[in-house]
Amino acid sequence: MRRYILKRLAQAIAVLWAAYTLSFILLSVLPGDAIRNRINAPDSLMTPQQAQTLLEYYGSNRPLIEQYVRDLWGLFTGDLGYSITNGGRVWGLLTLNLPATAKLAGLGLVIGLVFAVIVALLINYAKFGWLKDVFSFLPALSTSVPIFVIGIIVLNVFAFDLHWIPPVDNHTFTALIAPAATVGLVVSGPLAQVLSNSIRLTRSQPFVHVMHAKGAGEGYIFRKDILRNSLLPILTLLGLTIGELLAGAVVTESVYARAGLGQLIVTSVNTQDLPVVQGIVLLTTAIYVTVNFITDIVYPFIDPRIALDEKTTRAARTRRLAAAEGLGGDLVEAADLFEKRAPVEVARS
Amino acid sequence: MTAIADTTDLVDAASERPAPADDGTSRVVSGLVWLSRHWSLVPAVGIVAIILLWAIVPGLFTSQDPLAIVPTARFLHPSSAHWFGTDQLGHDEYARIVYGARPSLTGSALAVAIGVVVGSLIGAVSGWFGRWVDALIMRAIDVVLSIPGFLFAIVIVVVLGFGIIQAAVAVGLTSSATFARLIRGEVLKAKASNYVEAAVTSGTSSLAILRRHVLPNSIAPTLSLITLQFGVAIMWIASLSFLGLGAQPPQPEWGRLVTDGRNYIATASWLTLWPAVVIVVAVLATNHISHFVSNRSSSR
Repeated sequence: MRRYILKRLAQAIAVLWAAYTLSFILLSVLPGDAIRNRINAPDSLMTPQQAQTLLEYYGSNRPLIEQYVRDLWGLFTGDLGYSITNGGRVWGLLTLNLPATAKLAGLGLVIGLVFAVIVALLINYAKFGWLKDVFSFLPALSTSVPIFVIGIIVLNVFAFDLHWIPPVDNHTFTALIAPAATVGLVVSGPLAQVLSNSIRLTRSQPFVHVMHAKGAGEGYIFRKDILRNSLLPILTLLGLTIGELLAGAVVTESVYARAGLGQLIVTSVNTQDLPVVQGIVLLTTAIYVTVNFITDIVYPFIDPRIALDEKTTRAARTRRLAAAEGLGGDLVEAADLFEKRAPVEVARS
Repeated sequence: MTAIADTTDLVDAASERPAPADDGTSRVVSGLVWLSRHWSLVPAVGIVAIILLWAIVPGLFTSQDPLAIVPTARFLHPSSAHWFGTDQLGHDEYARIVYGARPSLTGSALAVAIGVVVGSLIGAVSGWFGRWVDALIMRAIDVVLSIPGFLFAIVIVVVLGFGIIQAAVAVGLTSSATFARLIRGEVLKAKASNYVEAAVTSGTSSLAILRRHVLPNSIAPTLSLITLQFGVAIMWIASLSFLGLGAQPPQPEWGRLVTDGRNYIATASWLTLWPAVVIVVAVLATNHISHFVSNRSSSR
């Protein structure tokens, strides 16, 4: 077990290091002396002192490899450099904006899960065929509507037409609901699709037929067996959903003019504030990698059928990445992958 | 696929088989049976065809100039003269949507093309050479897939600058990781087959095997991913434009039109509504076709 955890940890760190290297390479190919231009710009917000610090920190005459090593070392000490537009520390900007985005993404995930469970239940348990068809269409619809469109519609209806929510962020919980529901609607599509396929499959398992034959009610079987079995794939999908949540938050914050990492990255991109952009990408990657690491560690405890040997975990990883394609929209394929898992494990044991 | 889906596919296959009596009517009948089973494809293909025509010959669909500023015609409600109303400068919104199809669709097509070409090359090299090359490339792809895709696209936009082409390249490079994984899988599948083993034994060169055996076999799954990615590309490019990182004004691009209309949403909601509806309908239609193609290729 310890070896397994250590191995996953090493992989997670390797991914982070590679992500850092990739963003460093991408951003270092930029032409021109961005920092000097920025400092000399007439609208520069920096004091001469800050300008001096920046010039020393980003000493552009130093070789790239030296900057690379120095910045990499900085990662471990929480030093991500300075914003080249206002001279503030990138780490400070990130910690200032993270809570707002975390709240948005967190509530968004909860709302998304609730939506997903409701829709999956309706798809599987609705009484009429046409009703099922209507609900089966919902996940496909939610993955076909760009998040900014959902955001604008929600904002228009609930803020301008119904006046239920404030149109601008006033830091109350009410102002958080609409953006969180927007993010939730978007992530609920894949979750609902996978959950509903998973419920359908579990319901066709022999043990469910046996329970029916013994006279157990539909509700009892659902609570005791189907729900627990069907939630497993959701756990695997959770890691991917985090990525969607963070990307969704970027656009949603822009729609609702909320402060947060999303707003920060858009302004930083517009002002070519590279250290801040890099900082946000590294932070989101770190969150993503951490969540996936935790999922990997927790999964074997929740589902003992997943053994800890390398072959299965690699297969699990491949499946998860394959499910990433599902997040792009091809949910059936993602769900199929989960379906195909069962025989593999049966054959192995 | 589920058992149920498999049987319907079998039924499909049976209905598609040409009738033994070679007369035209039975063919028409079996064609109609096939269509009735897949009737939802008709609107989807129709929508995609119309949007493609918008992009190719916009002049056929509207006589209005999308860039003509008419100060007397500002904020007109949708009417028979201006189907989707007019905006703050008196532009005809319908004309802007029709002309906006070209940047939106060429951007998406370019993005998918980049994704396919770059991804296939990487995937083929990775799968064919195996060993450390494969391990290295696959780890790199793991990393790319660990960065939330949309953020990765934003980073590439920072490097390339703003514009529809740049946004397309960014989206294309981001999606190439997915294509690479798909093609690698197909190459591995082919490598394990007897016919490739036979080709290797008889001395066929790697390139010839890739071209003659691996490539034809991977067309079907790639096609389904291409149609899927096309919908994703439309959404992402529109989203980048919405954030101001894609198409720049006054170019009419669908995402850009939504952004422009947003400032007037309380008084002139049609400026936001119609481009949004067009984006959603376009993505739904391509996703529906993609669904059909992927069901086809997986049942084969």
